[in-house]
This record gives sequence, structure tokens and C-alpha cells, in this order.
Amino acid sequence: MIKEKGTYRPKTRCSRFLNHRLPFPRLIHDSIIKYYVPKNLNYFYTFGCILILMLTSQILTGIVMAMHYVPDVGSAFESREHFMRSGRYGWLFGPWHAVGSSFFFIAVYIHLARSLYYGSHKSPREIVWILGVFIYLTMMATAFIGHVLAWSMISAAEVSIAAGLFRAMPLVGSWLYETLLGGYSIGQPTLNRFYVVHSLLPFVLVFLIVLHIWAVHMVGQNNPTGLDVQSERETIPFVPYAAIKYVFTISIFLIFFAWFLFYMPDYMSHADHHIQADIFRTPQHVVPEWYFLPFYTMLRAITFDVGPLESTLFGVMVLTGSLLILLFVPWLDRSQVRSARFRPLYRICYWLFIVDVIFLGWLGSQSVNDVDVIWSQIGTAFYFIFFLIIMPYLPRFEKNWLPASIEEVIHQKK
Amino acid sequence: MHMLSPLQTFTIEGLYSLFRGDREVNWKDEDSIQDQFLSSVDGQAMSKQTRRDFLFLATGVASAVGVSGLVWPFIDQLRPDDDERAVESTITVDISSIEKGMTFTVKWRGKPVMIRNQTTEEIEESRATPLKALKDHYARNANLPADTPATSLARSAGKGRENWIILINICTHLGCIPHVCAGSYNGWFCSCHGSSYDTVGRIRSGPASRNMAIPPYQFISEKVISIR
Repeated sequence: MIKEKGTYRPKTRCSRFLNHRLPFPRLIHDSIIKYYVPKNLNYFYTFGCILILMLTSQILTGIVMAMHYVPDVGSAFESREHFMRSGRYGWLFGPWHAVGSSFFFIAVYIHLARSLYYGSHKSPREIVWILGVFIYLTMMATAFIGHVLAWSMISAAEVSIAAGLFRAMPLVGSWLYETLLGGYSIGQPTLNRFYVVHSLLPFVLVFLIVLHIWAVHMVGQNNPTGLDVQSERETIPFVPYAAIKYVFTISIFLIFFAWFLFYMPDYMSHADHHIQADIFRTPQHVVPEWYFLPFYTMLRAITFDVGPLESTLFGVMVLTGSLLILLFVPWLDRSQVRSARFRPLYRICYWLFIVDVIFLGWLGSQSVNDVDVIWSQIGTAFYFIFFLIIMPYLPRFEKNWLPASIEEVIHQKK
Repeated sequence: MHMLSPLQTFTIEGLYSLFRGDREVNWKDEDSIQDQFLSSVDGQAMSKQTRRDFLFLATGVASAVGVSGLVWPFIDQLRPDDDERAVESTITVDISSIEKGMTFTVKWRGKPVMIRNQTTEEIEESRATPLKALKDHYARNANLPADTPATSLARSAGKGRENWIILINICTHLGCIPHVCAGSYNGWFCSCHGSSYDTVGRIRSGPASRNMAIPPYQFISEKVISIR
């Protein structure tokens, strides 16, 4: 990334004073205001900013929710319902925190899909990608635990499943299970520690995001062509040129957010979420939050034993594998070309993969009896084929044409 | 006084004799250690052990042991309390009021134990199932040897009490509570991931791989059982 060194000139006495002691204004100036980005960034590049906004929103509303929440198995459900029904602005903060988590995931999925399309996971951005995957996993854990805190019928089923995932491990399974729950079954210690962890993880997220952004700023942003920035002419300062684009996307995003929040706050939730937890009962239809559905389907798809591996353990391995495989994507993808714009074959496979993930998600939302399990198995197989076969071996069959520079691409368009 | 090579200080005898002071180590003097450090670029001089290396190593090992000792309480505090273990470890249940086709759930060690009085059709159904059709061939009955095949008799309360099915109503997949009289095999159905069990709680389809567990229990009389 081409970066002018030291364009910051403190103007006031106060900023001059600070500049020699704690150059915080200089940091902001160099890393945000006069931060140079490729000039061909499109709207999909604005989701990083939207994610920061969503995290801020989640932390703020989360603090409010925590102030009205009682982490006690007898009163947890009641305290949340009471705040949402009778508390001042409870009608706003409850759905805001819940709908916010869904929109956080919408943004993160677009952000992930964009990276995978334009090859932002490839050298030199491997660390950026890996930190991103850690952020995604931490988000999933936070959202999952937060869902359990509601202490509804769904929460009870979800926490048994999550604990069951650990119990399925050989040898250490039951030890982990008891250590996680703090008892031989779900109870007060479980809820208590989940409350603490749910309040703690957002700050782990903040830490990871700082590292993520730091790493992006080290190597510079990728762009839709996937080509390296070669001269200053190919960049623009973030403020105001890129920032104005961000403001536009954020506005559109917030319109959708407000639409869901004010007109259909429970659209992405379940009725069973408003019934108090009973650890001796599982609701008739257990469906996780929409953002877990593809992985839920993969877990459900493994109904067969593989050699000495029982189906339960193999299912858990497939589930964890489907997430951990993301960490290795920078090395699984062996193409020298970053952007799918110049990879016609990868582009087809990429869209098939996106359709496959959506299909897996749809399957997860259906009851087990309605759709044959073979579809889930095919979908799961393709998910792994994409990462383990298509990514490493497709470049052998690809004939790529690459333009010389970002400038050339822009001029061609004109 | 004997001389000891620096490498020998790593042996028990070497350390011991140093401690008694009856030997001396042929340390390089401080100046030459400095020289060594400077000339370490060529990678040769630093390969020799010095007392400083030994001290670094010893400090490192001691700190590692200390830190891992400190980590353990942080992990162990997460584990269940002692009193939790003691709660309701043995319970007795009066089953005289459970008619044919009825089920009754009791809490035993924090788990739901389901007691079911089967109808004659259900008994016939499970008897008619060939063992080959089963996914898990073991009875998983705590009252019988571990290698007992999963016959309908071995899953029930035994000869003459074949109508009684007493099992821990927890799905062997990931621990949800299956619904009774449901699923493709008229037994139990787990709505979490779609595992179906037959009328005696044997896994027949879905992601679970084992039959539902049968707790250790005995008939105190014809009407009362104790689970422990």
C-alpha cells in the first residue's frame, strides 16, 4: 500500500501538545483519514465497516440487556420477558439485540463471500483471513451462548446439543461435558458461566478485530481485480472518497435493519423461544438460528458409521471440520490469480458453492421427515469437495488472462 | 579439586558434587562469554553450554511447572460440586398406577428416566424385528453383561416383565430428550437431529449410533422398582 508518511500536521495548541506525548490524533489521521485504498473498491468492500457498526450496536444493547437480566435458572426467562414487555424501552432493546445479531451475521456472510470471490484470503493476506475466521468462530460462540441465556425451550435443547458435541469426543468426552456444564446435567452453574462468557467474548472480538484491521493495514486492501496496487494513481484517501461510499451502504443496510426491527422483530426467531426452558422436554421442532443452519444440516446428514467411527462422532468431526477447514483456505487455494473475475472456472464453482451453502441452510430449516437425508449428504459432500478438491486442483485446468494493472482495467471499462 | 565439564553439570552427580563444593566447573570467564556472544554469528561458539544457559533453563522449567500448577485450579473450579454427586443417587418408584400404554418419567441423577408399560402389540413388534436390522447390536442394559445382544427381552425388564421398558430418555446422539410414541418406528423420536428409536429404545435410523441406555434398577416387589 502506498502511504504518505507523516502528512499529519497538528493545527491547534492542544493537538500539538498531544502529538508529542500520545500521538493518538496522528494514528487516526494516518490509519483512517489519510488511509489510501485502491480506487476501484466496490460496495461489497464496505461490509467491514458495517461489521464494526454492528458490533458496537451489539455491545451497547448488550450492556442494557445485561442490566435487566438475572442469571438464575428460576428467573432468567422471566427477567428477559419482563424487561421486553414492561421495562422502559424494553420493546426496543430486546429485539434490537436479537435482530442485531442476525444482521451481524448477514454482514459477516457477505464479507466472507466477498473475500472468497476476490481472493482476499491469498498471499499476502493469509493472516487477515485467519484472524477473520477466528472472529467468525468467536461470533458464533457468542451468539450461541447469548441464545442460551434467554433460557427458553430452544435454549435448553441447544445447550444439550452443544454439550453433547463435546461429550461425543472419545476418552475426554464426559470430563469435558461435566467441566463445561459445571454439573452432571444443565443447571445453575451452566447458566451462570454462560452469562459471564457471553459478556466477555465481545471484548475478545474487539481485540481480534483490532488485529484484523492492523493486518489489513499492513498489507493494504485487496480490490475487485485482485491486482496489486502499483502506483499512487491507483489509490484514493479513505476520507472522503471511500468513506462516502461506506455511508451510502450503511444507510441502505440500516433501512433493512430498521424494517426488520420495527415491523417484524420475531421474523428470524421461533415461537418456542417464548416458552420457559424445561430441561426434561425438547420442543417438537428444534431449529437453530438461521446462521447455523448449513452446519446443523451437515451434522444431521451423518447417519452412517464410517469404519470404526460411530455416526455420532463422525458427525461431530464433520461439523467441526466444516468450520476449521476455513483456516486452511489460503493454502488450499493454489491459484496464483486472486480475483474470480479472471478465473472463469472458479467463478462457476464459487457460485455452485454459494448455492450449496444456501441449499444446506434450507434443508436445515426443514423437518427431518420432510426431505430425504440423501440431499443433505450430497450438499455436505459438495461443501468439502469445494475446499479439498476444487480449490487445490482447479488451477491446473484454468487458463487465465490477467490485465497488467488496475488502471488498465478501469480504462478498458471506459 | 576435580574439574567438571559444563555439560556434566546437567547430570545428577555433577549437580550434587557442585552443591557439595568438592568440584569446580571449567566455566569460561565472563569476558570470553561476552566474546562468544559477539562471535555467535558464525554459529559455532554458542553451541557450548554455559552456566547462564543452565540458569535460563532451570528458571524456565521452574516457571513452567509453577504456571501449570496455577492453571489447574482455574480449570478444576469449573467441575461439578461434591454435593451434586450425592443428590438423589437412589430412588424408588411405585409403578402400580402405570397402565398398559402409559409412560412415567422420573428424575434420577439429573436425568429423565422413562418407565413405560408396553402394549401387547408393541411387544410383538419389537420381538418381530430381526437383530440384523439393528444399527447397534448391544443391549446397553446396565443390569446385563456388556456384550448382551439387543434382543427385545434384553431391553425389557426380563422374563415375565417384558412389558416394562425402563430407560434413560436421552438421545445417544447429542443429548436431547426424545419424544415417546413418535417417529418411524413408533418408539422414540428425537426432534433435534431426527434419530428414530423403536418401541424398546433401540436406534433404528438417524445420526445417533447407540441404543438408549438402561439404568441399573431392580424390582423390589411387583409394584415398586428402585433405580440406583
